Amino acid sequence: MIDPLLLIVYVIIFPGFVFLLAYALFFEFLDRKITARMQHRVGPPFFQPFADLIKMLGKEVIDPDGVDRQVFDAAPLVALAAVMTAFLYIPVVWTSPLAFQGDLVVVLYLLMLPTVALFLIGWLSRNIFSAIGGIRAVTQMFIYEVPFFLALLTPALMAGSWSISDIVVWQQEHLWFMFLQPIGFVVGLIGLQAKLERTPFDIPEAETEIVAGPWTELSGRRLALMHLTNDVSLVVGSSLIAALFLGGPVLPWTMSPVWLNWIAGFLLFLAKTLAVLLILSSIKVATGRIRIDQLNRIGWKYIASAALVQVALVLIIDYLGAAA
Amino acid sequence: MPEVIIPIGPQHPALKEPVNFRVIADGEKIIRLELDLSYNHRGIEKAAENRNFIRVLPLLERVCGICSHSHSTVFAKGIEEIMHLEIPPRAQYIRTIIAELERMHSHMLWLGVAAHEIGFNTLFMWTWRDREEVQDTLEEMSGNRVHYGMNEIGGVRCDLTPVQVDKALSRLPNLEERIEKYVDMVNNQKTMLLRFKGVGHMSKEEALKFGAVGPTARASGVDIDTRRDDPYLAYPEVPWNVVTDTNGDVYGRTRVRIGELFESIKIVRYCLENLPGGPIRVNNPPKIAPVGEILSRYEAPRGEVVHFIRTNGTDKVERVDIRTPTLANWTSVAMCLVNQNLADIPVIVAAIDPCLSCTSRIAVMNRNDRKAGVITMDELRKRDRTCRIKLDES
Repeated sequence: MIDPLLLIVYVIIFPGFVFLLAYALFFEFLDRKITARMQHRVGPPFFQPFADLIKMLGKEVIDPDGVDRQVFDAAPLVALAAVMTAFLYIPVVWTSPLAFQGDLVVVLYLLMLPTVALFLIGWLSRNIFSAIGGIRAVTQMFIYEVPFFLALLTPALMAGSWSISDIVVWQQEHLWFMFLQPIGFVVGLIGLQAKLERTPFDIPEAETEIVAGPWTELSGRRLALMHLTNDVSLVVGSSLIAALFLGGPVLPWTMSPVWLNWIAGFLLFLAKTLAVLLILSSIKVATGRIRIDQLNRIGWKYIASAALVQVALVLIIDYLGAAA
Repeated sequence: MPEVIIPIGPQHPALKEPVNFRVIADGEKIIRLELDLSYNHRGIEKAAENRNFIRVLPLLERVCGICSHSHSTVFAKGIEEIMHLEIPPRAQYIRTIIAELERMHSHMLWLGVAAHEIGFNTLFMWTWRDREEVQDTLEEMSGNRVHYGMNEIGGVRCDLTPVQVDKALSRLPNLEERIEKYVDMVNNQKTMLLRFKGVGHMSKEEALKFGAVGPTARASGVDIDTRRDDPYLAYPEVPWNVVTDTNGDVYGRTRVRIGELFESIKIVRYCLENLPGGPIRVNNPPKIAPVGEILSRYEAPRGEVVHFIRTNGTDKVERVDIRTPTLANWTSVAMCLVNQNLADIPVIVAAIDPCLSCTSRIAVMNRNDRKAGVITMDELRKRDRTCRIKLDES
């Protein structure tokens, strides 16, 4: 059992909330910078996301006419709290001390909450663009969530554990799931892109069609928190993929003293999450936005089928392994 | 889901220009569209009547910020015809070069905007970067990036030096290479194909029925191009082809415009290489035009632009009426949008390359009784404030 004081440090400072927020803003900067360089633009300066956050926090909060203020205030907070909590169960330096059987399901569930919050915001905004955006967000959720869940549960099936940290340890002993389950890895990345509502899946906030979708009526603090939620989701999503498919923040061997392991693990965490970010940004740059009906067709016909094939393959391998 | 009315414009991120669509949608499907044009009254036609021919050209150039050369050329061409002026071949060629460079930068701008409408910002950034090459050429030749001011009655304002010609020629291979890249992207990029193919389809019959012009009509297989059908400037002497396509959708319109980019490069190259010598303008052109009427046609980047000019024997026009290609294409947009997806509105509207600063110039319409007509300036001043309020109530 871990020392309570250390646990508090873990949750609040490192690699908990303080680190998470800083890393999330850094991620946004990197994402924007990579995108900009690929598009032959200059891109934002290093502190831009932080400056934006502070500026937006200080701006006036405008209530649309007739809106339910309490829910409107609460939704971004709930979304942010959910994704920040999810991060605690994801291994950052070696394994997570808070790990338990089933934390994978909890993380996936918590990661879903921002979409629900966005839908609520869109629905409550009393604005036609927000309402359409909210409906699109929730429609999209029903499309990508099934293959995404299936893709992320296949490592759990093979490792025989519902804990992310256990799956990481399993990979330390065997092989990364990226190589064992390539289909699941690809589906997971696509699902993550859709979950984060990035091009080509930025359908709910399609700027040229419905202004900003559910975001249209958000202002000041609420907008800042929702943006922060997005950034944190990006970090949590990337580190989840890194943990489940890229072996997570552990070395294949252990070093002494123990703190060397932690530093190596942390560096691995940075490298792997940044690699995932690079892939996500490349997808964003290389595509245009598809329509919701097209996503529906592609999502159920191909992506969900691919995820099911991956699950079937894992089950067959497991069965054969047990028989042998 | 019941029918909902979605207002698009006059302020909307997809349409940066003052026009209003009231889209009546059922879920994501468009049932009907109501167009409300003419938020702007710029008074250009009236102002044109008060200026002599020398001063009216810069004014008409400012009808549009993209096809500025088109408007001044079509006017100068008309007036010269009334005056029976034969302008020197070198001037014809220079006008053609500027016109085709303008078409190139307009089409590249359009390609970027179309990509942006489907959220494909990379192509948007890239085309706009490459467009700078064209703009640089224009700036070198005329001194300006947008309003070139090259036209004069009786010729062009400034000559092209051999250095300028060489510099312009040296830029063309690079542009060609970039445009080939766009062809490749348009034909192979999956998300673009998904969003462009079969979207906003218009058959040849419909295009003719609704009077579409320019690339919009040519994409539906209507083989019209004023440059060939009613030749002017140096076009009869230059080898080039009219680009048409049979797809009839946004994809077809993209292909037509990209094809025209290649044709424009061809024309510019030919004109630069075969630039005839001699003067660039008529010596001492007449200041006064005889009484006459003329309908001057010109193929602007967006389609056929028409100036009707009536002169009365003075140094001013009695009437100039401008019909821009966007106005001709609006009805086809309203038709194309029915039964399409809500998400396709921006790209279908953008596919005609709407230019509202060109179009929204004069018509006055009463929203309540749907009567269009002309009102006096005093009436306009009186209505100025009340218009808005009435609009909100209805």
